[in-house]
Amino acid sequence: MILKKQPSSLLLKNGLILDPYVKKTYKGSILLNNGRIEKILKQDYPQDVTVFDCTDKVITHGFCDVHVHFREPGREDKETLKTGCNAALSGGFTRVCVMPNTDPPLDSPESIRFILEKSKNLPIYVHPIGAITKNQGGRVITEIGEMIKAGAVAFSDDGIPVSNGQIFRLACDYASMFGVPTINHAEDPCIRRGGVMHEGTVSAELGFTGNPDIAESSMVNRDLEISQLSGVHLHVPHVSALKSIEHISKRLELNQNVTAEVTPHHLYFNHESIRSFDTSFKVAPPLRTEKDRQGLIKALKEGIISCIATDHAPHTIEEKEADFNEAPFGMIGLESCFGAVNKVLKNEMNLLEIIQLLTVNPRKVMSFETDLFKKGVEAEITILDPNREWVFGLDHIKSKSRNSPFIGESLLGMVSGCFSKGNYFFLS
Amino acid sequence: MLSNRHLLGLKNYPPEDIQTIIDTAFQFKEVLDRPIKKVPSLQGQTIVNLFFENSTRTRISFELAQKRLSADMVNFSGSGSSLKKGESLKDTVQNLAAMKIDAVIIRHSVPGTPVQLTKFIDAVVINAGDGAHEHPTQAILDMVSLQEEFGSLKGLKIGIVGDMAHSRVARSNILGLTTMGAHVKLCAPPTLLPLALDGFPVNISYSIDEIIDWADALIILRLQLERMGQTLIPSIREYRSFFGVTSERIKKHGKSLVIMHPGPMNRGIEIDSDVADSKQAIILNQVLNGVASRMAILYLLLGKKNLEKSD
Repeated sequence: MILKKQPSSLLLKNGLILDPYVKKTYKGSILLNNGRIEKILKQDYPQDVTVFDCTDKVITHGFCDVHVHFREPGREDKETLKTGCNAALSGGFTRVCVMPNTDPPLDSPESIRFILEKSKNLPIYVHPIGAITKNQGGRVITEIGEMIKAGAVAFSDDGIPVSNGQIFRLACDYASMFGVPTINHAEDPCIRRGGVMHEGTVSAELGFTGNPDIAESSMVNRDLEISQLSGVHLHVPHVSALKSIEHISKRLELNQNVTAEVTPHHLYFNHESIRSFDTSFKVAPPLRTEKDRQGLIKALKEGIISCIATDHAPHTIEEKEADFNEAPFGMIGLESCFGAVNKVLKNEMNLLEIIQLLTVNPRKVMSFETDLFKKGVEAEITILDPNREWVFGLDHIKSKSRNSPFIGESLLGMVSGCFSKGNYFFLS
Repeated sequence: MLSNRHLLGLKNYPPEDIQTIIDTAFQFKEVLDRPIKKVPSLQGQTIVNLFFENSTRTRISFELAQKRLSADMVNFSGSGSSLKKGESLKDTVQNLAAMKIDAVIIRHSVPGTPVQLTKFIDAVVINAGDGAHEHPTQAILDMVSLQEEFGSLKGLKIGIVGDMAHSRVARSNILGLTTMGAHVKLCAPPTLLPLALDGFPVNISYSIDEIIDWADALIILRLQLERMGQTLIPSIREYRSFFGVTSERIKKHGKSLVIMHPGPMNRGIEIDSDVADSKQAIILNQVLNGVASRMAILYLLLGKKNLEKSD
């Protein structure tokens, strides 16, 4: 992957412009000036500009992922902010939110500043999510206000559920005065009881301890009730169970301020994949039944779940080559995201709707700028080849880790390149 | 000989192959009655017994089977996961494989490790129990014992009593027995049964009396007392009262019923001593059949190689 500085005047020529903000698709070209949107043209192209031919390609907003783990500080052997950004770029993402379960966790304004300082010169925007409790210990709330001042965009102990409802209520009450989203990894630790996969027919056959869907849905319901009381914006991460969707749906009907995300892997795979005993499929929350998977797709169509987030979670080969109980939870997902999601959703919604799930909708969750093709906005653009069929392989992985269940999968739609922070890169 | 190179489990295992193993086991049982209980079938073959989890009877049974077939064998035992000792499962087995071995017998506390092993090394892999997943050689020796008693497995009514949730013996027996045309009913409290049993062609009863009345034979599973920290049952007294196979219960029904137990037994809990030591109990014969069955499995999976060599 070669990253280059954008020429001062640049024309992305003759593409299919897909603007998820105004919800329109049309043929045209985009002129960039010093890394910013100058204008959108349909003809009368200026001379003396560098031209990027976008014929047969889609030009759209850079993707935004509100849920990634870049492991820095602490586990730079798995991923660094730099390698994570490369993985993001090759997946079409120009903006990501990093979760705070690093070592040490991002639980202070100093650690928030560390992330922003380290990522300042990286090719995409990195926003830290602050821990909701000190040391992610679930007991004392963090300096939420100071962390927001330092640049945190949301709060979560992701990876570790806030199991004490009173502490979660305190955090929600407190965060409500700042208008930032709170995010809780919803899996009741007692009900989950060390389960390594979804509790169901497959876990019964394979003899694994199961993690039932109610571990998630009961905590999602608790969080919905608490956040309603607090009046805080609750964002539900990586929804995996149909039962959770039912709870969220009821709250949306009551106009509660709640958003939810789903991962590409929960949309693509179900618990049958565990029959291979391949630890790449071990993830929390677990891959569930086909009925749950179909429910997640339906929830996206109905707007109950508004965005896709990868939960990109790098782990070393050594860790993942352990036995199934020992291997850590999580999989990488940035590089394969669009091809996987586009393949699954192709017959369910149109391309513009799919792109919204990766651009405008996640940006809305975090209150980022959503009108990206407006004059003067710094260019965050992704170029796609939406009909390209390709087999995802090790060569496509830019992450430091390789724990992807998509290796060997035939995907539909490929990212061709990105324009971000004054740079650009092209894959092909 | 057999259509699968490994014996990883009895899920989707061809019935004709199970029958071949059972028939071969009877031939080897005759060998065990001879004054010199040894045949040269696996001479020159090297087998590693890789026991990551404690085992007495299964390990000794495999070792004896290997010795009676004249195989060379080495034992590796380590409790818990090898990863905890700093070496991964993959490194451990690849090191062993580098020393030129023909087969690995593996027992491990985690489901799927035998399957993972087949991806790491190029030797025959036999599952000697992986977590609560499968224990195919135990199910085969149980089927050998049942065929010996009844002449055929088809149409037999088998009750499996006890902790199914944590039992690999139960899973392999259900799969094997139903493949061979037997009917299986489970008897245990819901906390000792997996939530979703759709994948298993079995019925469930919470009444031990109903099972005794229905069955031709009972396979009584060990109550895994070490797991009772999770309070899966209120007390041993209550378990015995509702699910214990007592001599009173057996007498009450006044019928002939074959009693089996894979061991080790908790006498006085899931099974009364009187029942375990009665004529209808074939528990020690199961142990003998274990050696014969494992000889048959080793011979069928490894013996062919010797034939090829001698050609």
